Amino acid sequence: MKSPKVVTSTAAGIVVLGLGLSACGGGDDDGGGGGNGAKFDAGSTAVVNVSDHKGGVLKFAQPDDFESLDPANIYYAYGLNFVRIFSRSLMTYNSKPGLEGSKMVPDLAEAPGTASNGSKTWTYKLKRGVKYEDGTEVKAKDIKYAVARTFDRSVLHNGPSYFPQLLDVGGKYDGPFKDKNLDNFKGVSTPDDYTVVFNLKSAFSEFDQVVGFSGQTAPVPAAKDTGVRYGMHPVSTGPYKLQGDYTPKKGGTWVRNTNWDPATDPNRKQLPDKIEVQSGLKAEEIDSRLQAGTVQIDLPGSGVQAAARQQILTNPKLKANSDNPLAGFHWYIPLNTKNIPNIECRKAIVYAADRSAMYRAYGGEVGGQVSTSIQPPAVQGREKGTDFYTKADPTYTGDQAQAKASLAKCGKPGGFSTNMIFRSDRPKEKATAEALQQSLAKVNIKLNLKGYPSGTYTNEQLGAPKFMAKEKIGLGTYGWAPDWNTGYGYLQPVSDVDAIVPTGNANAEELDDPQVNKMWDDVVAVQDPAQRAKIYNQIDARIREQAAILPNVYAKSLLYRPTNLTNVYFHAGYGMYDYANLGVTG
Amino acid sequence: MARKRQAELVNDTGETAAGRGAPTAFLEVRDLKIHFPTDDGLVKSVDGLSFKLERGSTLGIVGESGSGKSVTSLGILGLHNRGNANVSGEIWLDGTELVGASQNEVRRLRGRKMSMIFQDPLSSMHPFYTVGKQIIEAYRVHNDVSKQVARKHAIDMLGRVGIPKPDQRVDDYPHQFSGGMRQRAMIAMALSCDPELLIADEPTTALDVTVQAQILDLIRDLQQEFNSAIIMITHDLGVVAELSDDILVMYAGRCAEYASVEDAFHRPLHPYTWGLLGSMPRLDRERSERLMPIKGTPPSLINVPEGCAFNPRCAYCDLTGGKSTTERPELLEVEPGHKAACHLSLEKRREIWDSEIRPKL
Amino acid sequence: MVAFIVRRLFGAVGLLLIISAVTFAIFFLVPRAAGVTTDDIAGRFAGKQPDAATLAAIKDRFGLDDPVPVQYGKFIKAIVVGDTYDTGTEKIDCPAPCLGYSFRTNQSVTDQLVDRAPVTFMITAGAAVLWLVAGVSIGILSALRRGTIFDRAAMGVALAGVSLPIFFTGLLSLAFIVHRWEILPAVNYSGPSDNPFNLLLPWICLAFLYAAMYARLTRAGMLETMNEDFIRTARAKGLPEKTVVLKHGLRASLTPIMTVFGLDVGLVLGGAIITEKTFSIPGLGQLALDGVNQSDLPVVLGATMTAALFIVLANLVVDILYGVIDPRVRHN
Repeated sequence: MKSPKVVTSTAAGIVVLGLGLSACGGGDDDGGGGGNGAKFDAGSTAVVNVSDHKGGVLKFAQPDDFESLDPANIYYAYGLNFVRIFSRSLMTYNSKPGLEGSKMVPDLAEAPGTASNGSKTWTYKLKRGVKYEDGTEVKAKDIKYAVARTFDRSVLHNGPSYFPQLLDVGGKYDGPFKDKNLDNFKGVSTPDDYTVVFNLKSAFSEFDQVVGFSGQTAPVPAAKDTGVRYGMHPVSTGPYKLQGDYTPKKGGTWVRNTNWDPATDPNRKQLPDKIEVQSGLKAEEIDSRLQAGTVQIDLPGSGVQAAARQQILTNPKLKANSDNPLAGFHWYIPLNTKNIPNIECRKAIVYAADRSAMYRAYGGEVGGQVSTSIQPPAVQGREKGTDFYTKADPTYTGDQAQAKASLAKCGKPGGFSTNMIFRSDRPKEKATAEALQQSLAKVNIKLNLKGYPSGTYTNEQLGAPKFMAKEKIGLGTYGWAPDWNTGYGYLQPVSDVDAIVPTGNANAEELDDPQVNKMWDDVVAVQDPAQRAKIYNQIDARIREQAAILPNVYAKSLLYRPTNLTNVYFHAGYGMYDYANLGVTG
Repeated sequence: MARKRQAELVNDTGETAAGRGAPTAFLEVRDLKIHFPTDDGLVKSVDGLSFKLERGSTLGIVGESGSGKSVTSLGILGLHNRGNANVSGEIWLDGTELVGASQNEVRRLRGRKMSMIFQDPLSSMHPFYTVGKQIIEAYRVHNDVSKQVARKHAIDMLGRVGIPKPDQRVDDYPHQFSGGMRQRAMIAMALSCDPELLIADEPTTALDVTVQAQILDLIRDLQQEFNSAIIMITHDLGVVAELSDDILVMYAGRCAEYASVEDAFHRPLHPYTWGLLGSMPRLDRERSERLMPIKGTPPSLINVPEGCAFNPRCAYCDLTGGKSTTERPELLEVEPGHKAACHLSLEKRREIWDSEIRPKL
Repeated sequence: MVAFIVRRLFGAVGLLLIISAVTFAIFFLVPRAAGVTTDDIAGRFAGKQPDAATLAAIKDRFGLDDPVPVQYGKFIKAIVVGDTYDTGTEKIDCPAPCLGYSFRTNQSVTDQLVDRAPVTFMITAGAAVLWLVAGVSIGILSALRRGTIFDRAAMGVALAGVSLPIFFTGLLSLAFIVHRWEILPAVNYSGPSDNPFNLLLPWICLAFLYAAMYARLTRAGMLETMNEDFIRTARAKGLPEKTVVLKHGLRASLTPIMTVFGLDVGLVLGGAIITEKTFSIPGLGQLALDGVNQSDLPVVLGATMTAALFIVLANLVVDILYGVIDPRVRHN
């Protein structure tokens, strides 16, 4: 999952204005239909408004648009969540509330993959009788073709690139657009119509997760493939099919797919008659329509805007229809180990950090939960861990004596000066940076703050080692949600030296720790998930022991569920409501 | 040319005129006052003016800029905004009193019974409408006729004011006309409804000399044809000499001297009139000395000088024994049909005129 | 006249060339000067943690590593002679004038512009009629009743209108008129098939901004015109005051109003960005804004050139109308 970089509130001024306008009496006329007994935060742990009611139109809205609706060309979690209404892949997240939702379960496959050849070969058996919207049966070669497509990064460049990185193609393979003979693709073999075999370069124990978290194993009938434009009409295998084409930046309509068989699919429901998506609707307008019940889902799923937030929290009726779950990512502070190479200097920063002020910067109790481990609670097998040089306590204000001691050991008893960057259009990150600046000033560590627009921040500033080196950036603000909810998914991109890339880099610490690197090299061959989780927890601790990451808060979002929305619950795998099981009443 | 003396002078207060009822003259103005309240004070542009005018005769109103000539003429036509001008007194036009009449009544007389020729025909005609359209409009507002009839009339009018090929020029715009032609067109427009009173406000000032003469001839001819009463407003005594029967010399919103053209040029009885004559260029003979402009500037109409308004500029005010700075001179009939407002004795004035002024002209 | 129009159209083509070149320069050269590499630009089109192969593939597809003049040359060539577009599975023919395909959505830019233009046109048309009628009438009344309470109230409101941005009036009206009091339905308009009166609120908000300006402009123009000699002449002819004001006064005051009106309509047609954003209407302005936000060069270029074209055309229409309104222009 990618941190949602485009879905923040647009202009603080507008937000404040809207807040002032609507706070006075918002929502007296809403909540009349709240006779379902739902409570605040009920949807975070259980299904709310359980109903088998069929019919109605389920309306989704979003301020921007999907990067694509081609299931193989999506990386944002909300897009991956949404495309499940029309696409099925080999594995998928379990459609269950709570931590169960982080687990991968079979979708098109009969069972999870069987590893052989030292986890280098993964074999999946397909369910029989799964059909496309036109009634033809899904065959193994369609999945092979789908995977082959992901090798052409000039056609599909938005989606993950796990397959080109992991699969052994025996040389160079350019994808099925340039190489029309699919037999030349050696990464996947299909011994029969219902068996898909993946051949890996080296052992990779979490291949089920790779196969399940994205839509890249959703079958594509080669004859219907339109390359870069497939996203305008992806062929359905799920409960809904597109009516006409999808119009990017405007929207589209899905209707029931009569060739979808619920018997083969325990993870999806087919309740509404129609599903509509409207794109380009202002975030504040979406919030208003959610409360009016004329839109059911705010697609990005990152929570309501500031004005609606204020309304909801101050109005008990509205509050009862909202959820405040842990969103699945962690707002933390990476400490760049290239620009602050001395661990003692980094420790001084961690010691001096006023965790209480940073916690409040994120909105206190509703905004997040003070963190210990880097892995958030939704990660399978994650342990809370122990604090290093700080305390996960909402009242903890730092330890200046220890910080000064570390400074002395670092050889800088008089303190030092470094640069910190944040996303200028995110008030909470700005407040966090300022809180840190003040607490570090007490031990004579001077932070120079500089904000950058969120549009480029993760690619061109914090995510660009070249930029970090040139501007001598010591710290940043960062939020990270994993591709899949395991320690590997969460920690590998942020701590493995091999994960450092020139742009869009998540290892902002540029950590290159021999111990961590070795654990990463070894863990991919470990078969037992529990054993792997143990290693992940060790890596988690080691990163913090190296004072490379200063934990802050596990993000909590504030989601509003309209009263006419049924079967709604927070899904841990996607970090938002499950979009594939919703219904609508009235 | 024989001039009829049909314009008669009324006492400037109007109080002694026989009765306050409807007068017998075609146009009679009684104690007309036009004041403009401004932030700086009350501007008394016209401050008690009275005169009479009969059909077929011409009155020339002369004076410097700001003496109240144009304000008077606009006042007669009722063109002052009643919101920012205080108009009092009486204006009788053919038995109808205009000051007290409704705006709509006055409007219906404008253009039909009385009309006006303005100084600058370029700025006074609408730049976006053809000359023909503007004449047609003026005609049709008072005459219920079809456009075709009105157009024929417009062409006819243009022809009568001497515009060649009027059937073609009727569709031209004002800017396509020369200055003289434009003024002819303006006159055609003013005359389109056969007005009985024609006010010409500096009709030739913007024109060159040869054209001036043509226009004046035209006005004179048309007057004979239509038997209109004409008020000729000008600062140019030459024009008055050409055209008028009587002259009304205005100074600071009041009448300084009223006389027949004959008297005004040969026996003027007001030092201001002398000054005007002295500053008039003469083409007919050598001037013994150069032009003698009136010294000083016209007075402020907010703070009109005490006594005789002309006293600060008058070379002879010392001869009045201080009266001219304390007491406003009455407009007195000194000879039949000849009135002047001056404190100097009649003898003194005749003496000064004969010995000092006339020889220099 | 024809020569004049042809000359102006040639000028317009030149202007569009310059505008597209400047847009190109802003897109490539300015970020480059700020240290942004083509890798960074390519990264904007990739998912999370793109590897070098992905970046190279993107750069290759969009031609980002070609010298900027070469890219510009390709862009112009596509407009003149057309181009083909490789979707991976086929090569789509894009006939001249081909504005290329969106980096994001892979849609033809021309198609998108054609799709969006009617929306913006409807916003503009409705608002323009409103603001012209309201602004000019208020301006005339204000001028004729100068100094009265009506005049002062109208000019006060006008000042407010000029000073209040759309995102203020727009949000305010959305919050109260739509969501709180539910007087009007939510603004839902995405094409000519929708009911244009769904745009009532944007029309009013946009018109409020402009009407205010037109009221002030008309008032000032009328005050000046009503002091003109030809107005005095019109009155001296005995014309009713209504004719004097509307036929003689307004006609002469029209020229500056029309100039500004032409420019404004051109600008709004090019994209009423804030209005479209505030009311979430998918018009040209939103398209341009999304293009800029998403580094979608072909869309930015297409939208910019369309906006410029509208402004140029609006100016041309104004110039032609000058001749219609003012015969002095026609005869020169």
